This record gives sequence, C-alpha cells and structure tokens, in this order.
Amino acid sequence: MMQPSLRHVLLPKWRTARQRMRESRESGGGKLAILLIVGSVFWAGVYGVLYLILRYIRGVEEVGPLLASKILGVSLLTFVSILILSNVITALSSFFLAKDLDLLVAAPVDWLRLYFAKLGETLVHSSWMVALMSVPILAAYGVVFHGGLLFIPYAVAVFVPLLVLPAVFGTALTLILVNIFPARRTRDLLSIIALGAAGGVILLFRIIRPEQLARPEGFRTLLDFIAVLRTPTSPFLPSEWAANALMSFLRGSVDPLPLLLLWTTAAAFVTLGALLHQRLFTTGFTKAQEGAERFVRGVFWRRTVGAALFPLTVSKREFVIKDIKLFFRDTTQWSQLILLAVLVVVYLFNIQALPLHRGEPVGFFYVTLVSFLNLGLAGFVLASIAARFIFPAVSLEGRQMWLLRSSPLDLRALLWSKYWVGTVPLLGLALLLTGLTNVLLQASTFMMIVSMATICALTFAIAALALGYGALYPQFETENAAQIPTSFGGLVFMMTTIGLLAAVVVSLWQAVHTYVRAVYDGQPVVIDVWMVLWFGVAAVLCILATVIPLRVGLKKMESFEF
Amino acid sequence: MIRLEGLTKHYGSFVALDHVSLHVPRGVLYGCLGPNGAGKTTMLRMIAGILRPTDGRVLIGGDDVQEQPIAAKMRLGFIPDRPFVYDKLTGAEFLRFVAGLYGQEGEIVDRRIAELLEVFELSSWKDELIEAYSHGMRQKLIISSALIHRPECIVVDEPMVGLDPKGARLLKDIFRQFVERGGTVMMSTHTLEVAEAMCDQIGIIQHGKIVAHGTMAEIRRQHAAGEASLEELFLKLTGGHAVRELVEVLGR
Repeated sequence: MMQPSLRHVLLPKWRTARQRMRESRESGGGKLAILLIVGSVFWAGVYGVLYLILRYIRGVEEVGPLLASKILGVSLLTFVSILILSNVITALSSFFLAKDLDLLVAAPVDWLRLYFAKLGETLVHSSWMVALMSVPILAAYGVVFHGGLLFIPYAVAVFVPLLVLPAVFGTALTLILVNIFPARRTRDLLSIIALGAAGGVILLFRIIRPEQLARPEGFRTLLDFIAVLRTPTSPFLPSEWAANALMSFLRGSVDPLPLLLLWTTAAAFVTLGALLHQRLFTTGFTKAQEGAERFVRGVFWRRTVGAALFPLTVSKREFVIKDIKLFFRDTTQWSQLILLAVLVVVYLFNIQALPLHRGEPVGFFYVTLVSFLNLGLAGFVLASIAARFIFPAVSLEGRQMWLLRSSPLDLRALLWSKYWVGTVPLLGLALLLTGLTNVLLQASTFMMIVSMATICALTFAIAALALGYGALYPQFETENAAQIPTSFGGLVFMMTTIGLLAAVVVSLWQAVHTYVRAVYDGQPVVIDVWMVLWFGVAAVLCILATVIPLRVGLKKMESFEF
Repeated sequence: MIRLEGLTKHYGSFVALDHVSLHVPRGVLYGCLGPNGAGKTTMLRMIAGILRPTDGRVLIGGDDVQEQPIAAKMRLGFIPDRPFVYDKLTGAEFLRFVAGLYGQEGEIVDRRIAELLEVFELSSWKDELIEAYSHGMRQKLIISSALIHRPECIVVDEPMVGLDPKGARLLKDIFRQFVERGGTVMMSTHTLEVAEAMCDQIGIIQHGKIVAHGTMAEIRRQHAAGEASLEELFLKLTGGHAVRELVEVLGR
C-alpha cells in the first residue's frame, strides 16, 4: 500500500501554524508588531553587549581569541543543556500525549514517518527560542571577527546538527523512561528526573567555577591561564565541536573535522533514535494510555490556607484552595520547585563567591554597586520564576472556562486569586534573595531599605506582567503546562520584564549615585528633591507595570469565547 | 424564565445565529434540535453567558445575562457537551469548588454533595482524582455540579452523550421532576426519540434560525404533517432530501 508522505503527515501542523499567523495578522497585526519591536530591542541589546565584550577581548593579544572561543563553548554548552531538558519535556507531549496521536497511530502511517514527523515537531517546539537567541550572539562573533557574509550559511550549517542532537537524545531518553517506569507515574517521574538532571547540571556548572577564568590573577603565570583556555571543556561534547568549527572559520583557517563530526554524529543519532523508536514506541505508547488513579483526602489546605483566608468571600477562598491543590498535585508543576531551589542556592553561592570581602577591605563603592546591580539580577530570576508559575495561570483554566464563565464568579475575583496565589510566594522569595544577598555583601542600611522596597515593587509588577501577558497570549490548547512559558507570549513577557528592570535600575541609579557620591565625599547623606524624583520615577514605573497589565488582562479575559 | 430577544452571533462573516427570539416559560422542558453546525451549541453557550452575543440579549428570570450576569447566572446551571473539569481535584472537591462559586459552603453543601454523589452512584469515587473517571462518570459529575446550587433553570448541551442506559434514564427522571417542581430545562439533542419522549416544547434550528417551534402537535399543525413522527418532521424541515441522496451515494 502507498504510504502517506512525511509532508502529508506534517501538513495539519503546518496548516495550523500558518492559520495562527494569519489570525494574528488579521487581528490588526498588533502581536506581530509587539514581537518585532520587543524582539528587535532585545536582539539589539544582546548583540550590543556581546559586541562590546568581544571587541575588547579581541584586542587582548594571545588570550583574546582563546577567551572568545571559551565563551562561545560555554554558551553553546548551556544551550545544549537547555535543549536536552526542553526536548525531554516536549517529546513526552508530542510522542505520547498529543491529541493527534490516536489518529496517526490508527492510520496506516509507518513507524519511520511517525518518528520523523514527531521528531521534527519536538525539535521545532523546543529549539526555536534557543535558535532565535543564538542569532545576535553569532552575529556579534561574525562582525567582531570579520566572518563575512559566508559566515551566515556556515553558522547555520554548524547550528542545525547542534539542534538535532539534543532533540534525538531527549526523545530517546523520554522513550526509554516511558518504557521503564510504571505507566501511571511516568509523567510524574519524568518531570522529577528531568528537573533533577537540570539541577545537577546547574550545580555541576557552578562547582566548575568558570568565574576563575575571569580572574587571571588566580593563575601563577600567563602560560597557566592560556593552558586552561586551550584545554577543551570536553573533546566529546558537540558544543565544543560547534565552537571549534565556528572559531576556526572566524580565524580564517577552516577546519572541516568539527563540522564533519557534528553532521556524522547527528546522522548516527537520528538512525539510532529511529531504531530505538521502532523497538520501543508501541509499548511505551500503550503504557502512556493507561489512566492514573489516586485516592486523595485533601483536608490539609482547607484547614490551613482555607482557615487563614476566612475573611474572604467563599468564591475567592475556594479559588485559592483549588489553585494550590492543583499546583501541588501536578508533578509537572511542583517539581519545578526543585529547579528553583537549585537556582536559589547557586545564586547565593555566586554572591558569596564574589571576591569582595577577601583580604583587604573592599571599597564601599563596589559593595553598593553589586548590591544595586543585584536588584536587576534578582528581578530577572523572579521574572523567570513568574514565567514558569504565574504566566501559565490563565491558560491552565482554558478547558474549564465554561464553568467559570457560566457561574456567577466575577472575573476580577478570578484574576485577584491568580494574582495573589502567584505574588505571595514570589514576594517571599524576592525578599529572601535580596535580604540574604545584602547580608552576605554587608551592604549599608540605606541600600538594604532601597533594595527591599524596590524588589517588593518589582515583584508586584512582574507578577502582574506575567498574569497580564498570560491572559493576552493564552495557550488553551497546550498539552503540557511546562511548554506554556516557552510560547510567544512567554517570550514577550520576558522581554518586557527585562525592559522594565532596565528602566527601574537606570532610574534608581540616579538616586543611588547621589547617595554614593555623598558617602564617598564624606558628606552627610541628604535626601534631596533629585533623589526623591528618581525614586518617584521608579515607583511610577512599577505601579504602571502593575496596574496596566492587570487591566488589560481582565479586559482580554472578558472577551474570551469558548 | 428564559427569554431570547433577537439573539445573533457572527464569527467573522459566518452567521452562527440569526436574530433568534424565543421564550421558554417556567415548568417547561424545551428541546433544541437541528443538524450539526445549525447553531444550537452557540445559542446555549450564549444563554449560559460563555459567549457574548453580537446582537440581541438573553434574559434569565428577567435578568440580562450580559448586564446583570451575577443575578442571571445564580439562577442557572449549565451542562456542556464536553466534560472538561479539573483532573487533579477529587469529585467531592470539584463539587465543593463549584458550590463556592455560587457562594455556598458549610454543612448544607456537604450534605448536598453526598446526596448528589449517591444519586449518580459516584459515592465510592468521591475521594478519587477526576483524572481516573471515565467519560460517563465525568458527565455525571458535571450534571451534579449543575444541580449543586439548586438552580431555577438548567441549560444542557447533549445531555445523554457518554451516559450508560441507567444514567440516561436517571437523567430523564431528574429533568422531569425538576420541571414538575417549576424548574426550566433547555437542552439540545440529536436523539430525536429522547426529544419526542421528554420535551414539552421543541425548537428546530437550521442555519442559525428557528424554523419550527412549539409542542409536537403545534409543529405538526404548522407544517401540515398529519401524524408524522419527529424524525420525519425533522428531515422535512432540515433537508431530508440530502439524507436520501446520501443513502443513495452510500448504497452504490
């Protein structure tokens, strides 16, 4: 019998994607415009910063190109780690939980076409953000090292197998796990394993202490330092091959071996992946169909949170309890807390590892500067967490929206519940991160107060932005909550939040600068109009970033139709 | 109890419902019939306040669903055709949550939950996560959730889908008793036998318009259909010739 072509199998996905683009164009092109503006600003920012760094590094004799290569290698290794994690999570959805699987598996489509179709789907879903992120990075390398126009196709040729390898690896890992673990707990176990692995990678990365490279004074001689730079992180890592391939091109001496290694390994991986799929997919797919079954007597949250929220209306209280229960019963959701815990530990470890309080006393200026810049960094961490936990909140209600809209629940109450359920733990974390960091840095009382107040205001704004963007770009049809933050809306949210953080940090710097100068000159710190004005600007920015997204989100929710 | 005034819904250039006006009084079980895509679900979802009308309005007990949504929805229980619920809640937790949406709590709710779960034979499943429920069990749970706040009218889209014969019979009895006590039920169905046996009044929708409306006897009279069955009437009003052509094509 004639088999349907791979193109035919992929046609519905392609048509759906095209239709979505058409719909976004027909709805006034606002989405496209936002993407273009925010995306361009973000790209320009990444490109600009990296361009300046690379131009400086390039000027350093001997060490320059080596350091640039090392930075590229570390960046690509980070990308590959993110891609493996992302592919493991995405493959579970596309190979075992997707709605179209019943149709495809029941149809006379052979295993190889199914494998290629689903591998392609997994690859695109999990890699598009990394691919976009790599554009300004590679562009900066290309421009600084005079790669020329030929560098563009060459970089694409290097990057394609680098995306394929983690996709095949992640897919194969998922396939094996689904077959090994009891089917009812597969998804739960997989989430924990994937996140545990990610946590392990981050910790490992931290323990390697790459910051040593940035402190050449720690090496006895320059030769020692160069020796470390020359040593590959691992000669067997595809990210290392990619970095070597790109840098050899940029140095003008193209070495075909790394590129050859990338392509041949990718081809071998795809072949092995296909064979594994042929052997294990049917069993795994059958196992994944078996329903979960759990007996629950959930009175804990009712007795604790329910009792604490007693002054609220019944509907608000029930909504909060419901949201908390759903979060802690969905392993794909709560297991992300493991990753979060690792991130917090690494974050505090990094601050503690800063060479500020070693040996001679460090200047007040540096402590204040680090404490101040830490606000932006902590804000970024909070934004990433909000993207994971608050941004999907509205999307996750999608299928049940019939119930909420047909009930007398006021949508403001819904938004209120979602906002506070997300904001309260985020605020706790924000205060912990900022407070502990300032204690570790031995920052002044002034900086402690400024930091704590700012991070509070930023948390309210970030949570509102996450919820607002989540409502503006809902993903009602998603099959995996973990994929929601990587959607278009998630990207725009992150970019907007980075913009807000930059604006707030710049505004505050004007005020903090006055304080630093006064202390430096031995003058008494006077809170003058200038200082108050810039604190005011930062406060207004945060208030606007809180109120506007919530209002826009509510309006959008009112217009939802199901 | 349920009044539609010039209710219209457009999806872009497609007219899903076209100036439908209708009044369903208290104590009436009203059945909406029509071919696939005729506009039944759109109409019911607008009555439930899930979809916003392009034009016209829906009144429930005199309250406009768009203007006074809280008051209107307090009187209403909605049962959708697809039983999407929170998979990670247990059956009892889901019902308590829904009661909370209607501002109800405490022992009265607990008793009502126990009653409803008993009636629908879900008592032994009450502490089980909904993700373990079958399609029919989910449908029963949603029906229970629509009844938990003792509504004055129930809007239900395809109520029999997924129910076993015992469940279907139970639902018919519940609806009948509900109507006899003065409640109003508005339901859509494709099962013409169910509509003929259960409904006091029937409306047939075609291309977003009501093409026939009234009791069986009234519809027969309006369309000079003699003693025709509902199936024959339905086919006559919604293009039975197409069905005959289809049978011919399939028979070749």
